[in-house]
Amino acid sequence: MSDIKEYLRDYILQEFLPGESRENLTDDLPLRTSGILNSIKLLQLIGHLEEKYKIAFDAHEAGNVAYFDTIDGMANLVEQKIG
Amino acid sequence: MSTFTTLSDYLENSAVRVPDRPAVIDPSGLSVSYREFDQRANRVANWLVSVGVRPGDRVGICLPKGVDSLSCIFGILKCGGVYVPVDYTAPKERNRYIFSNCQVKAAFVHRSAVAVFEEPGDNGHVPGAVMVFGGEAPSSGGGPAWAASEGLAAQAATRPDVPRRGPGDLAYILYTSGSTGLPKGVMLSQENGTSYVDWCTDVFRPTENDRFTSHAPFHFDLSILDIYVPMKHGAALYVISEELGKNAAALGTFIEQNRITCWYSVPSILSLMTQFGKLDQCDCSSLRIVNFAGEVFPVKYLRRLREVWPHVELYNLYGPTETNVCTYYKVPDTIPPEREEPYPIGKTCSHCKDLVIGDDGRPAPAGEEGLLYIAGKPVLMGYWADPERTERAFITHDGERYYNTGDIVRRDESGDFIFLGRKDRMVKRHGYRIELGEIEAALYKHPGVAEAAAIAYSVEGGAVIIHAVLSGKPGQQLGVIAMKQHSAKNLPAYMIPDTFAFLPKLPQTSTGKIDYQTLLKQARGG
Repeated sequence: MSDIKEYLRDYILQEFLPGESRENLTDDLPLRTSGILNSIKLLQLIGHLEEKYKIAFDAHEAGNVAYFDTIDGMANLVEQKIG
Repeated sequence: MSTFTTLSDYLENSAVRVPDRPAVIDPSGLSVSYREFDQRANRVANWLVSVGVRPGDRVGICLPKGVDSLSCIFGILKCGGVYVPVDYTAPKERNRYIFSNCQVKAAFVHRSAVAVFEEPGDNGHVPGAVMVFGGEAPSSGGGPAWAASEGLAAQAATRPDVPRRGPGDLAYILYTSGSTGLPKGVMLSQENGTSYVDWCTDVFRPTENDRFTSHAPFHFDLSILDIYVPMKHGAALYVISEELGKNAAALGTFIEQNRITCWYSVPSILSLMTQFGKLDQCDCSSLRIVNFAGEVFPVKYLRRLREVWPHVELYNLYGPTETNVCTYYKVPDTIPPEREEPYPIGKTCSHCKDLVIGDDGRPAPAGEEGLLYIAGKPVLMGYWADPERTERAFITHDGERYYNTGDIVRRDESGDFIFLGRKDRMVKRHGYRIELGEIEAALYKHPGVAEAAAIAYSVEGGAVIIHAVLSGKPGQQLGVIAMKQHSAKNLPAYMIPDTFAFLPKLPQTSTGKIDYQTLLKQARGG
C-alpha cells in the first residue's frame, strides 16, 4: 500500500507538479476538487495506472472523486484491484 | 415583404410542425417534446415580461446545461431579450463582472452560484430579479428580487405578445477572454446566428430524424450550431452534462446508447475519446456527421478517429466567436500514415467573404501569408460598451466591413486556408480562447507574487502548454501546489497554468518589459 502511494507521489510530482517539494504533496491533499489536476491530467494518470498495474477502471470509478481525488483514495482503489 | 425567421421562431415552427417529436433530452434522461419545450420557454418568457424585461434587455444565465437552461435561452429570446450565458462554476467575481458589465435586467442562477448576485458589481449594478433553480431562493434584502423556479408553473404557457425581433437586433452576448484581464462581450445579432444556421442546413442536411449532441457549454460559440440547428429542423438535442462531457471514457457508450447522428466538440475531447473511450468496442454506426472546431486537431488522434469511424463525414470548422464558423474543411476518407501536419481550415463558408492582408497592409498575393479578415452576415455587431475595441477590430474594404480575426493564414494550391498561428498573445486551448494577460492578472492577485508572466507553447502532437513564471515578494515562498490552488480559485479550469517556475526576478527587455522570448526559450529548453 505504501509502495503504491510513494509511486503515485513520484509520478504526480514528476508529471504534473515539477518543482514542488515532496512533503507538500500529502496523502490527503485534494487534487481534483481543488483544481491541482484537471480532467485531462486525471485521465493521463488513470491510463498510466492501468498500464503500470495491469488493471482497468470503469467509467464510473474514473469519474468518482471519492476514488480519484487524493493519493489515499487512488492507492486504496489500486490496492483493491490488484489484491 | 417576407418575414425574417428569428432564432426563437425555429422552436415555435417546429412545435407546430412536429409537436410530439422529442426536442430536448436532458442529462437526467428526461425527454421533452417540442410542444412541451415550447410551453416551458413561453412560461419563462412570461415571467420575464412580468418582472419588466423588455425587448433589447440583457438577461443572464448562470445554470448547468439542461432542459431548464435551454428553456431560459428560448424564453429570453421569445420576449425579445438578449441572453448572456456564463459558466456557473466559474469564480463568482468573474461572472459578477460579466453580468454587471452588460447590466442584466434579470438572471437565472443555480442555487450553488447565487453568491454572484449577493453583492453589486463594481459599477453598483444589481439585476432587478433573479430566479433560482435547484434549490430555495435566498431571502430578499436590498439585492435583487429573488424568485424560485417553481413559480414558473403559474405562468401562462402561451407566447407573450411582444414586438417581433428583426435581423439586426442583438440576440446574445458571448464573453471571451480579454487582453485587459477582463472578459469582453461579443455582441451577436439574430442574423449573425440565423445566417450560420442556414449555412449548416445546406452543408449538413439535417432532418427531424437526426439526434444532435450539445457537448460545448452555452457560453461557447459551438453551442449555436448545437442548439439552433436541431430546433430549426425538428431534430432531437441530447444535452451532455458538464460532468459527462469531460469523461472521455463514457462518451462512446453515450453515442451508442442514444444512436447519436451528429456530434460537435473541440478536438481535445475527441482525442481523449480515441485514447480512453474504447471506441472500437462501441457501436457508433448511427453517426453520420462529426464536426470539430476551436483548436488544431493533432493528426495522430484524428487518424485514429478516422480509422475507428470510417463511415462519418468529418469536418474541421474554423472561426472566432466574432464570426462563428467562417471556413470549413472536409477531412478525407483516409489519412496517410506518414502525414503529421494538421489539415487546413479549408474554404470560406458561402455566407462569408474573406480577405487576406499581408504585412504591407495590402491584400496578400495567392500563396502568401497574411491576416485573415471576414465580412458578411455572421460578423459580430461589436463589443459590448467598448466602441474603441470595436473600431480597432474592423477595416473597410470595397465598402464592406471586415473583421480582423487576428489569425495568420496562407492559401494552399487547392484554395484551402492553412492556419499558421495567432498574431497576438492569444492562444487556444481545448477550444477556449485564452488571453495570457488574463492569467497573469489572476496570478498577480496572490499576495506573495511580485511578478507574473504567462507563456504558451505547443508540444509534439499539438497540445498547448501554459507555463507561468513568477517571482515572489521578499520573504515569500511560492509553491506549485499553492499556486495551482490559487489559480483554480481565480480562473476557469482551462486557463490554469500547467507548469510553474520561480525566479528571484523575471528577465527584462531593454525597454524594461518582461522578456517573453527569453522565458519561452527557458521553458522549451527544459
